[in-house]
Amino acid sequence: MTATETVEPRADRRTSHPAAHPAAAAIEASGPLVGRAMPRVEDAALLTGVARYADDLPVKPGTLHAAVLRSPHAHAELLGIDAAAALELPGVAAVVTGEDAKRFASPFLVGIRAPMEHWCLAVDRVRHVGEPVAVVLADSRYLAEDALDRIQVRYRPLPPVTSIRQALDPASEPLHPAVGANLINSRGFLYGDPDAAFARAARTVTVEVEYPRNSCTPMECFVVLADYDAAEDAFEVLSNFSGPFAVHPVMARALKVPASRLRLKTPPHSGGSFGNKQAVFPYVVMMGLCARVAGRPVKWVEDRLEHLMAATSATARRMRIEAAVEPDGRVLALRMEQTEDCGAYLRAPEPASLYRNHGNLTGAYDIQNLALTNRIVVTNKTPTGLNRGFGGGQLYYGLERLMNRVAAELGLDPLDVIRRNLVAADAMPYRTASGGTLDSGDYRATLEQAVREGALDALKERRGRMRAQGRLYGIGYAAVVEPSISNMGYITTVLTAEERRKAGPKNGAQATASVAVDPTGGVSVTVASAPQGQGHRTVLAQVVADVFGLRLEDIRVNTDLDTGKDAWSIASGNYSSRFAGAVAGAAQVAATRLRGRMAALVAGQLNCRAEDVRFAGGKVFSDPNPDNALSFSRVAAAGHWSPGTLPDGQEAALRETAFWTPEPLKAPTDADHINSSACYGFIFDFCGVEIDRATGALRIDRYVTMHDAGRLLNPLLVEGQILGGFAHAVGTALYEEYAYGEDGRFLSGSFADYLVPTACEVPVPVILHRESPSPVTPLGAKGVGEGNCMSTPVCLANAVADALSGIAGELPSLPLTPAKLAALVHPPEPPRPRGATAPRGTTADAGPAAPAAVPGGRGLTGEGSREVPATPEQVWAILLDPKELAALLPGCEALDLAGPNAYRAEVVVGIGPVRGRYTAEVALSDLDPPNALTLTGSGSSSLGSGSGTGHVTLERTAEGTRVTYRYSASVGGKVAAVGGRMLDSASRLLIGQFFEKLVARAGGTPAAADPSPLPVRLLHRLLRLLRIHR
Amino acid sequence: MPPLSSSPPPAPLAAEARHPVTIVLNGRRRSGHAHPRLLLSDFLRHELGAHGTHVGCEHGVCGACTVRIDGVASRACLTLAVQADGRRIDTVEGLADGNGGRMTALQEAFRRHHALQCGFCTAGILMSLSDYLDRNPKPTEEELRDMLSGHLCRCTGYAGIVRAVMDVTGGTAASQAHQPAEADHV
Repeated sequence: MTATETVEPRADRRTSHPAAHPAAAAIEASGPLVGRAMPRVEDAALLTGVARYADDLPVKPGTLHAAVLRSPHAHAELLGIDAAAALELPGVAAVVTGEDAKRFASPFLVGIRAPMEHWCLAVDRVRHVGEPVAVVLADSRYLAEDALDRIQVRYRPLPPVTSIRQALDPASEPLHPAVGANLINSRGFLYGDPDAAFARAARTVTVEVEYPRNSCTPMECFVVLADYDAAEDAFEVLSNFSGPFAVHPVMARALKVPASRLRLKTPPHSGGSFGNKQAVFPYVVMMGLCARVAGRPVKWVEDRLEHLMAATSATARRMRIEAAVEPDGRVLALRMEQTEDCGAYLRAPEPASLYRNHGNLTGAYDIQNLALTNRIVVTNKTPTGLNRGFGGGQLYYGLERLMNRVAAELGLDPLDVIRRNLVAADAMPYRTASGGTLDSGDYRATLEQAVREGALDALKERRGRMRAQGRLYGIGYAAVVEPSISNMGYITTVLTAEERRKAGPKNGAQATASVAVDPTGGVSVTVASAPQGQGHRTVLAQVVADVFGLRLEDIRVNTDLDTGKDAWSIASGNYSSRFAGAVAGAAQVAATRLRGRMAALVAGQLNCRAEDVRFAGGKVFSDPNPDNALSFSRVAAAGHWSPGTLPDGQEAALRETAFWTPEPLKAPTDADHINSSACYGFIFDFCGVEIDRATGALRIDRYVTMHDAGRLLNPLLVEGQILGGFAHAVGTALYEEYAYGEDGRFLSGSFADYLVPTACEVPVPVILHRESPSPVTPLGAKGVGEGNCMSTPVCLANAVADALSGIAGELPSLPLTPAKLAALVHPPEPPRPRGATAPRGTTADAGPAAPAAVPGGRGLTGEGSREVPATPEQVWAILLDPKELAALLPGCEALDLAGPNAYRAEVVVGIGPVRGRYTAEVALSDLDPPNALTLTGSGSSSLGSGSGTGHVTLERTAEGTRVTYRYSASVGGKVAAVGGRMLDSASRLLIGQFFEKLVARAGGTPAAADPSPLPVRLLHRLLRLLRIHR
Repeated sequence: MPPLSSSPPPAPLAAEARHPVTIVLNGRRRSGHAHPRLLLSDFLRHELGAHGTHVGCEHGVCGACTVRIDGVASRACLTLAVQADGRRIDTVEGLADGNGGRMTALQEAFRRHHALQCGFCTAGILMSLSDYLDRNPKPTEEELRDMLSGHLCRCTGYAGIVRAVMDVTGGTAASQAHQPAEADHV
C-alpha cells in the first residue's frame, strides 16, 4: 500500500560475523568517508542498553527528588498556598513556591519590549493549565507526589483567553495587566512596491488558514539535576537541554548569577528533542532555585502528562495571504498577515517562531513585492518554543495553500503555477524581498527531476482510474525552501530599527569545534552541538578522519557539553538544522588547522615544504617522496613527549579550537532586510491520497519527496532525518493536536489522547536527492532534518483539497482527522426523531437531546429521569437532609454544613487511572418544596477542578415519584487531560450511582441486587473497572 | 541456574514497608527491596541499576519500558515490582549475553538499517520483537507493522525498523525504499 521504490539492498547480510571494526575495510577501500552511507558509532551503546541518558546518571547522596504542583486553571489569581500538611509528611524536605522565586530569582528576560513577567514558579497569577505553582522536594519521587496532594492552593478564576480571535478582541481579559492587551506586539514590513503590483495585477487570490498547536514529543522527557554551591554562589546543573545556548544567559540572569556561575552540563545520550528540549530551561532555573532553597542537590524527571500539558508547543498561527496574480499564475506581490499564538508567556527565544523564516517568507518563489503584518498574541495556553520545522510548517501551510488556490481559481495546473514562480537557477544566489540570500540550487530542474523520477505521470493515471471507480483521490504538491543555520540576529527583526540601535547589533551563528591529539596519537573531537540522537559523533568522525587520513575508529568524538570547560557560544546547541553546515564545518576547519600546524612542524623532518606534507592511510609523508613517511601517531604524539625537539619558536600542535560563523549573516538592516539563515535547501514534494468515503480516513497512497540539501555527508543519516521529519509531519497533518476546551482546560494529556502515528500510519516515502553544494558552509552541506515538517503537512492538505474538489471548498484546519473529512464528504445527518428517546427506568439515560459533550471541550451535559418508590415529600426530605445527602453523593467521605443549604464535602472520585480527593462546595437553591430544586457544586483537587449544576424536579406518579434531572458540568485539570474519553460515561455513572442510592434510601430495590436488569449489572462491572465503585 | 523458590502465597503487603523482591534478571539472580507500589520499571532502573529499560509515558502506550516477564513481552511501567518477585525478567542488556557477548542479528540489523536514532524507544522494541519473532519467525510486513504499532518511535518513521526485521527474518519489506549502509562498514 505504501509508496515505494523497490531498490534491492546493496549490502550483503553478514550478520553472523560482524567485524570488530566495521570501518576498517572501508578505509582500505579508500576514498573519503564523507559522503558515504556509514552506520553509526553511537549505535552499539544504544542497542545494548548501556547508553547513559540523563536519568541514568548517578546522583549525589542526599539528593532530593522533585515533583511539581501545577495549575488546574487556565487563568486565575493565585490567592494563597498552604503547604503545612505537605511538609508534615515523612520524607518531605521542602516546598518551594513563587515566594522563594521572588526572594532568590528573577523573571525571565523577554524578547520584546513589554512589561510581562514570567517566573519559574507562578507569582500572583496562573496563566495556563499546568503552570508550575509549587515544588515538593522529598526523599523519593513517590513521596514528593504524595505530598503534592496535601498542598492547598486558593485560586480566583479569571476569564480565559483560548483562541487567537479572542486574544485580538480588546475586550478579552488581559493575561498581563501591565501590557493591557493580549495583542502584545505588532509590526508592519514593506518590501518592494506591493501596492503598485496589486494595482496592475489581473486579479487577486486570498487564503485564510489557521495552524494548530502540536509538538514533536521526544520519547524521553525533561530531566534536571541541580546543585548549588553556597560558598561560591554558583550553580551546577546537568540537564538534557538541547540549546540554543542563547538561552543560557537567560537562565543565568534568572538565577541572578553571571553565566560563568551557571555550569550547565549535558548527558552523553539524549532521547530526542526535535527542538522541544529547549523548553527544559525554565526547569533548570526552577531546580537551581530548589537546590538553593533546600541546601541539597535536587533531581527532577518530567512525566509524560507534564510534558504534554505544559512543556512546550509549536505556535498556533492564523495567516491571511492575498496574492496579486497574472492570468498565467505568475504571482507579482503578496500581502501577508501572520498572527502568532505564543501561549501564556513569550518565552525565550520566542517570538523566534514568527521570525525564523523572515528571509524566506516568499518560499521558493521569485516574488519581490511583499507587505507583511506580524502580530503576536498571548493566550491561556502552554508557552511555545522550538519544534521541528520551527515556523516553517506554519508559513508554508499558508503559502502553499495559496499557490494551490491560485491554480484552482485560475483553472491552471497547480504544478504549472509552482513552475512559473520558482526562482530561476541563473538568479542564484537570489536575494529575497525580505533580505534572505538563497544560496544555491536549480529549483526548476530539481522539480522536473522529481516529476520524472517520482513518476508523477503514473500517479496522475492512477488518480484517473481511482476516480473512475468513484473513489476520492487527490494529488498534492508543495515546494519550499528549508532554511538552516539560524542568524542569531533574526529575532531582533521584531524590534524597530531604533530599538535595535539601542540594543546593539546581533548577528552570526558561531559554531565551535575542538580537535586534539592524545599521547598515543589518537584524535579526539569535542563540539557544542548537543546531539539528540542524530548521529553527530559518526559524521564528525567521518569529517575529521578524512582530514587526517585516518580510519573512522581512530577518531573519538565526545559530544557531552560542559559550559564550564568547553568552547561554546550563544549559537551552540541542536536547532535550526545547523549541524551539517555549521558544526561539521567547524570541525573540519579545526582539524585542517591542526593538520596545518603538524605539517609545519614535521616538514623539516621530511625534508619538504609544509604544503607538500600529506596525511593518508595513517601516515604522514612528503608528496614528492612518499617513501619518506612517519606514522601519524608518532607525529601527533610528539608534542606530548618531546616538545623540546620542536623547531624554535613553534608551539606543539596538540589542540585546535575553531569558531566559525557564516559570512553572510548580518544584523537586520534599517529597512528590516534580514538574511535569517545561512543556507537554504530546496524541497519539492508530491503525493497521492485517498479518502475513504464511508469513514473519512485518509490513506497516503504515494509520497515523493525531493531534497536538495547541498552536499550529503552521510546519506544513511540524511535518509533517517527525512524519514523522521516525514513521520512527524504525518502526525501534524492527520492526527496530532494539543486540544483545549473553550475554558482553557487541556484535553490531550496522554498518548491515548495525543495521537502519535505508529508503524501502521506512517508509509515510506520515495526519497530523491540532488546535491547543490552550499557556497556558504565549509563542507557544502545544508540542513536537512526539518524540511518535511515544512512541506509535508501542506502537501497532504493540497492533495485532500484535490480529492474533495467539487465536494468541499475550504479545508478544515489540521489535523485532517477522519471526523473532519467525513463531515466534508457527508451532508449533516438529519436529527433523530424526538420520539426515539432512550428507554426509561435504567440509569441516567441521556436521550439524544442531551449531547454527549460540548464540542471542543469537556463540558458535559445530560438529562434523565428515574422512578422512585416514595412520595415527593419523602424524596424531598432525603435530599434536604445533610446526612442523607452525604450518603447519596458518590464518593462522599464527609459533609459539613457551611451555611443555609450549603455544604462543604470531601469527595473521592476516580476516573480511570486518575483518582482524586476533591474538596467540594455543594449548595441547594431555587427550593420549591417538594417539586424542584437546583444542586450546584464545584470542587478542586490536585487532579483538577470541576463544577456543575443540576436541576431536579419531583413529579408525583402512581408508583411514587418521578425524579427528572438535567445537568451540566465541566471538568478541568489532570482529570480532563487524561480522562477525557471516559468523562462522559463516568459522569453518567456517577449520577447513576446517586439515583441508585436515592432509590435505595426511598425504599426501592437496591439496584445491585441480582434481579437487576442487565444494563445495571453491566453498569456495576463498569464502575468497578473504572474504580468508581466503592 | 536453580529454580527460584515458588512465589509466596498472595498475602496483603504492608503499603509502608519495603519488601524483598528477587528476580532472575537476564539469567542472573538479583535482589532488591520495593514498596508495594513501586513500578517494575523503577525497580529495574533505580534499585537494580539496569537502566537499559526506559520510561517514556508511564501509562502503557509508548512501549519504551517493555521487558520480557517469564518470556512474555510486558510493560514494566504497568507492572509492580512485587508482582515480578520470583520471575524471570529479560531486558535489553541481556540480548547480547545470550549471543556470546556479541550483538544479535537483529541488533546488528538495526544498526545497519539505521533503525534507531535517539535509541530511547529501541530497548522496548527489541524486547517486543524478541518475544514476537520467537512466536512468529517470518512475519509479513503488515503483521510486523501491526505488532510494532504497540510502540512509539519519534525519530525513525519506523522505516528502518521494518527493514531491519525483514532483513533478519528473510522477508521482503514492500517499503524497502532505500539503500542500507554500505556493506563494507558492517
